Amino acid sequence: MKGPSKQKFIPASLPKTLTGINGLDEITEGGLPEGRPTLICGEAGTGKTLFSIEFIINGATKFDEPGVFVAFEEKTHELATNVASLGFDLNKLIEEKKIRVDHVHIDRSEIEETGEYDLEGLFIRLGYAIDSIGAKRVVLDTIENLFSGLENEGILRAELRRLFVWLKNKGVTAIITGERGEGKLTRQGLEEYVSDCVIVLDHRIQNQISTRRLRVMKYRGSVHGTNEYPFLIDENGISVLPVTSLKLNHSVSTKTVSSGVPSLDEMLSGKGFYKGSSILVSGTAGTGKTSIAANFARATCERKERCLFFAFEESPGQILRNMKSINMDLEPYVKKGLLKFYASRPTVYGLEMHLVVFYKMIKEFKPSAVILDPITNLVTVGDQNEVKSILIRLLDFLQQEQITVMFTALSQLSNPTGNQEENISSLVDVWIAVQDIELNGERNRGIYVLKSRGMKCSNQVREFKITDEGIKVLEVLIGPDGIIIGSARDAYELEMAKDEVLRKHAVARKNKEIDRKKTILDNKIKSLTSKFEMDKEKLSSKEKEEQLAKEVTDKNRKKMMQGRKKK
Amino acid sequence: MEQTWELKLYIAGKTLKSETALRNLEKYCNEHLQGRYKIEVIDLLKKPQLAEGDQIFAVPTLVRKVPVPIRKIIGDLSNEEKVLVGLNIVPVKKLA
Repeated sequence: MKGPSKQKFIPASLPKTLTGINGLDEITEGGLPEGRPTLICGEAGTGKTLFSIEFIINGATKFDEPGVFVAFEEKTHELATNVASLGFDLNKLIEEKKIRVDHVHIDRSEIEETGEYDLEGLFIRLGYAIDSIGAKRVVLDTIENLFSGLENEGILRAELRRLFVWLKNKGVTAIITGERGEGKLTRQGLEEYVSDCVIVLDHRIQNQISTRRLRVMKYRGSVHGTNEYPFLIDENGISVLPVTSLKLNHSVSTKTVSSGVPSLDEMLSGKGFYKGSSILVSGTAGTGKTSIAANFARATCERKERCLFFAFEESPGQILRNMKSINMDLEPYVKKGLLKFYASRPTVYGLEMHLVVFYKMIKEFKPSAVILDPITNLVTVGDQNEVKSILIRLLDFLQQEQITVMFTALSQLSNPTGNQEENISSLVDVWIAVQDIELNGERNRGIYVLKSRGMKCSNQVREFKITDEGIKVLEVLIGPDGIIIGSARDAYELEMAKDEVLRKHAVARKNKEIDRKKTILDNKIKSLTSKFEMDKEKLSSKEKEEQLAKEVTDKNRKKMMQGRKKK
Repeated sequence: MEQTWELKLYIAGKTLKSETALRNLEKYCNEHLQGRYKIEVIDLLKKPQLAEGDQIFAVPTLVRKVPVPIRKIIGDLSNEEKVLVGLNIVPVKKLA
């Protein structure tokens, strides 16, 4: 696309100041405009102050840029307490002269106005604070409080305009916060004065679940993400989730990883899953989806790789116990730190927030496999399209990191390969379905591979058994009426065994008969031979007799002849 | 009740506004607080570090430190009535 030309532009583009806030620098492609004011606006409680104080603290701790925080609302010690919960020692940073907090107290009841004035006092104060620590960053939180403390709006507006020009001249990167007004970004229309960068924070409640969102509304002279990004405030501060670029250009691997069930690998060209691919295991209730997932987790851990297990239905303890019942002990892996469970009810946050949590956990734990069990529970906090969009984003992120992911999904009894899975099945690389097969008054499990991108897979439904020894995928048994499963399979096997015995018996009997017949035949042959010998002897003796008789006759005749001659 | 009024006038350089404010203040004090007042003029351009202590953001600002409570009047003090009310000064004679 515009890759090369964009590269050329970089040197000329706007210098930026890193905020150090997770994700924000990615969205803004490098941070806030350097040396210019940025407006952060949002309703009460959206995290404006936290955003700005983190900007200052990160500046002081990570980027060696001291900062001044001008608080119009909170006192210094209140601020220190607030950020202490995020693990920052504000007082220490103040002592080290890396941060200066100036609380500007404005109380209308103490103040009377008469005649002309200006805000030079504030300028001097700010200028003094900036110069005293050599600040590069400034936050004015919330400058609109001036409007509640002072009556003369004309002067205020003129002075604010002057203030922003003054800040720019000072060359400090500034954040100005403003409370959201009706129909306007801020109550007092601060956006008129700050035109370089405007970030809007939002706190929306949908289905009784609140999600914080951030949007870069305007960023003069720079490209930036324009979407709304969810963000999270937790014990480590703010994390914004950049929706990763949906470019589909992640590298792919031809390495495969085992599913943990050898016979299941066999169904997948004997290799298992491709590394970095996504696998969907769907099935009706109680078909053993979690067991398959646990097998995969174990296989991952056995390779000394890390696996992160997000459980939305069961607590880690429950999963460990249940898996022990099928002879799978996952506890050693948990202890070794190879397997990590993260269990939460889907309803604790909005969908977006779940995504932020996934993102954050994955970044921290760096697993090579991730399991989400089950994703269908997420539908309780969002509709299917939302879930799909979340999963797309998650998948994208995981594939970029080359992390293999297994989702489980609960399907409806009436519609085993139903809408929900269909919705996401186009995203996944491998789809394995476990299905209850009700036959002859019993339920049995059948397992089959619906799809497997880039490898051959078995087209057959196999019997899937959960035994005390673990998961077993049995060879397909095909009887006269198709595949045979469950006790029908046992019965068929017994029947087959019986037939075998009978057959063997029959064979033995036949062999005996043949033997007998042979004996008879042999005997017959013997008697015939002896008879032949006898006849032969008889015949030959007769011949001898005749010969003898002939000889005798001949002799006699000769004698008679001779006798006649002599006479 | 003989009390000394301690007044501080914060200015930022000799501007028209600060000159006016100081002139006005001296005038009112002379009229209503004869001999019972002290005025300290603080130029923030010279002593910027003092701005934070008295919570100054606008100039000119008049601060009444004593008697307590602290009161502040910002502006060039051109409206006498407002200044007197603001400082809680009982006028010596009725204003015309």
